[in-house]
Amino acid sequence: MVETTNRSEAPILRFGPVERGLHWVNAVLFFVLMLTGAILYVGPLSALVGRRELIRNLHVYAGIVLPLPVLLAVIGRHGARLRRDFAALNRFAPGEARWFRARTRGSVRLGKFNPGQKLNAVFIAAAGIVMLATGSIMKWFSLFPIDWRTGATFVHDWFALGIWLAVIGHVVFAYKDPVALGGMVRGSVSAAWARRERPRWYEAEIDAGATGAVPHDSGESDAPR
Amino acid sequence: MDESAEVTAPGTAVGRRLFLGLLGLGALGVVFGAKVQDVLERTVGPYIAKDGTGISALLPIGRFRIYTVTGELPHKAKTDYTLSVRGLVDTPYELSYAELLALPATELDKDFQCVTGWRVLDVQWKGVLLSDLLDRAGVQPEATALQFTSFDGVYTESLTLDQARRSDVIVAYKLEGDDISDAHGGPVRLYVAPMYGYKSIKWLDGIELTKQVRPGYWEELGYDVDAWIGKSNGRDDEPV
Repeated sequence: MVETTNRSEAPILRFGPVERGLHWVNAVLFFVLMLTGAILYVGPLSALVGRRELIRNLHVYAGIVLPLPVLLAVIGRHGARLRRDFAALNRFAPGEARWFRARTRGSVRLGKFNPGQKLNAVFIAAAGIVMLATGSIMKWFSLFPIDWRTGATFVHDWFALGIWLAVIGHVVFAYKDPVALGGMVRGSVSAAWARRERPRWYEAEIDAGATGAVPHDSGESDAPR
Repeated sequence: MDESAEVTAPGTAVGRRLFLGLLGLGALGVVFGAKVQDVLERTVGPYIAKDGTGISALLPIGRFRIYTVTGELPHKAKTDYTLSVRGLVDTPYELSYAELLALPATELDKDFQCVTGWRVLDVQWKGVLLSDLLDRAGVQPEATALQFTSFDGVYTESLTLDQARRSDVIVAYKLEGDDISDAHGGPVRLYVAPMYGYKSIKWLDGIELTKQVRPGYWEELGYDVDAWIGKSNGRDDEPV
């Protein structure tokens, strides 16, 4: 692909340290939850690994911890960028639904996130809460009627399946777009990528930054992860 | 920043609607999921059982969860298997797998319900009435309870003598028409139909008559000793 780097523009900050930190902490927690969940759920894996108490405890504690990083990251001054991202993930611009059709995709000028990313983020957020609630019913089952326990297991299982599909899709798309992935690893993306893939976001960033904008995460610490 | 472009951009809060919709779906699923699950199991279940690839068996429809309490899946060949009946009995004895199968068999077609919620409907069990095994040994008057041991070396369970005498409590060696696999607690396990799954000890190799109830593995972890489905472990509901 030919990147039009006629002007040597500085990279654009896409995700700050708080956002990236949250993303990768969540990634680790999801990895643990999905792996231990699979061991608890898939018979041959359960049989292979055994030690159900230990695996269950790992799963339960990773689940209980899950809301903490996002709560810590979203509050206060340091959460400003994240809150803006949440707002952007929530809203579909007029006509943006056309993005879902390959035929009309090209006509949509995207903001910071594409509609697929928005749906994925919303699904993962809701699923996280649903898993926490149903997992709690399964963990503290004696407080709930038996039909609710069965219902909670039912919901937990089907949402788990959805999460597996969503996360696999998420990883595949990230793998196929190294620049986007780089944005979540190092924080910034090339201006050419931003202009091509996320034109509305690119323009807003350039307007806001006026002079070349955030060369590389300006004052904030930017340790490679 | 991009405040103007994103936050106040015209557009619809699709995310919020989807988010709330999913939460609502989850809540509905908790309340009505047991019924939906039963319907799915009766309608789709038979097709899953026929799927040779085993991939559809990953779907959450009518599945056993495999619990092991030790590091590896316990295994004992049928030829090495013995079940011992001992303790407060007149004549302690041991049975080989073949000897157990030679005894009069009982078949039960009943659900398997885990205390944490998952259940499998209409499971076919076949085995020997526990009550018959006790009669063979001659239970002494001071015995009031049974302790079961598993050849995994860790898992134990208990029943009172009255519970053990019920006609829906068997020492099982067939599950859904097949020999019971290692994963399901084979070659021989207990099946206590009216109680939560943890009472149905897997990899059963010993039955000891005792003076009083000795709480088993899961009971030491806080589960009720009398594990009647719907009437223990916190709730007093209609039995399923």
